[in-house]
Amino acid sequence: MASNVLPRSVQRLIDEFARLPGIGPKSAARLTFYLLRAAGDQALDLSAALHDLKEKTTLCSNCFNITEQDPCAICLDDNRQRELLCVVEEPLDVVALERSRAYKGLYHVLHGAISPVEGIGPEDLKIEELMNRLQHGDFGEVIIATNATLEGDATTLYLQRRLAGIEGLRLTRLARGLSVGGDLEYTDDITLTRALEGRQSL
Amino acid sequence: MPRERTYRTEAIVLRRSDFGEADRLLTLFSREYGKVRAIAKGARKPQSRKTGHVELFMRTRFLVAEGRNLDIVTQAEMVEGYNRLRDDLVRTTYASYAVELLDRFTADEDRNPQLYDLLSDTLRSLANTDNMLLAARFYELHLLSLLGYRPQLFKCVSCGEGIEEQDQYYSAELGGLLCPNCRQADLKAHEISGAAVKVLRFLQTRQWQAAQNLRLRRELHTELEEVMYYYLTYILERNLKSADFLQRLRREARLFATEVARGPTTAIEDRPQPDSDQEIEYE
Repeated sequence: MASNVLPRSVQRLIDEFARLPGIGPKSAARLTFYLLRAAGDQALDLSAALHDLKEKTTLCSNCFNITEQDPCAICLDDNRQRELLCVVEEPLDVVALERSRAYKGLYHVLHGAISPVEGIGPEDLKIEELMNRLQHGDFGEVIIATNATLEGDATTLYLQRRLAGIEGLRLTRLARGLSVGGDLEYTDDITLTRALEGRQSL
Repeated sequence: MPRERTYRTEAIVLRRSDFGEADRLLTLFSREYGKVRAIAKGARKPQSRKTGHVELFMRTRFLVAEGRNLDIVTQAEMVEGYNRLRDDLVRTTYASYAVELLDRFTADEDRNPQLYDLLSDTLRSLANTDNMLLAARFYELHLLSLLGYRPQLFKCVSCGEGIEEQDQYYSAELGGLLCPNCRQADLKAHEISGAAVKVLRFLQTRQWQAAQNLRLRRELHTELEEVMYYYLTYILERNLKSADFLQRLRREARLFATEVARGPTTAIEDRPQPDSDQEIEYE
């Protein structure tokens, strides 16, 4: 290997990049040399961003979204509908829902989904924290917005059983149907069945 | 069978993991080619034509193009979705168990059409049966037979004498029953009751059609599950994640859906022990 030709500091960055998902040794070397030659503070900015990523972020003790202040901005926002709670798998799902601008309630991030195949159970997720929150909070409706995958459905089924006993709580899940710009012809049977079940009168 | 640049096959999705930006890496069990891996490009996007056709446990017709490293799914059309597996957490777990067992027991590109049919039949029965415990035991026994690990239930694996349907020992190391006289041949052998021997023999030699109406006591189901798990984990030299998961679900009693029917009692053909033909119930 030619690895000993490179200075150790360069090789170290290549190795670190190569550990990232989707980046092989060639891409890692390319990125490293780009940064080495890059103008001004680009490399130092990146280093500062990486540092802040770990140092400044934490999980909101309320909703478990990623935040720099605890409680997070959404949890503190008085303009949001505080009786509405949306349960999602990942922080990126919060981003997606916020992008839609159709939801004005609060969130709860589970940090994963139940998966019998991978051995991920309810106790590996923020489910007890959710129960806690529902028992102490004053929520009128919980919207379960897990992914439309087997794991997402498994999580929904589990939450359905757990939350069924809470009085005065409306439990809903996101509708399943045709995606915008999608052809009926290529839609799978399960989606079509659900779309038919959830049809709306005009 | 030589493969062409693109090939058509029917397969069941055993595993899938996220790959790249919006792709999924699928582990398929194909009827024609055995276990293969293929990338389904864009399968995480709702707009993709493949999305609803490549979910776990689905039986799908695939058109796959051979790539340099990984094969690429060019078309996918679901044939059977076993929908009820998705509507119940216990069913989902049993289906995961069926798929995990097959994944652990098979090597890549090892063709086995009979095993394929067994898996698709099992997913169908797990989706429909009221007796998931029995369906799981039936599947285990037939899977072992197809893979060359068929438990010897009729002759002692040490002395070769015929075995009576009485209490004896099951040896994972020797792959079958030990008569009481040969118990010292494997000191780690598990005790097994005469009733359990009878049920295992029955399941091993019947088709699901004939076996599905068997109703057993809860204790007998527990014993059968333990013996089979002991044998399976001995061969695999590891625990199975979905089996552990099932145990966790059971501990949460409220969530423990019926794995076994509360139906009318049906006796098996060769009379079982007087107390073993009662129906069993959990919770």
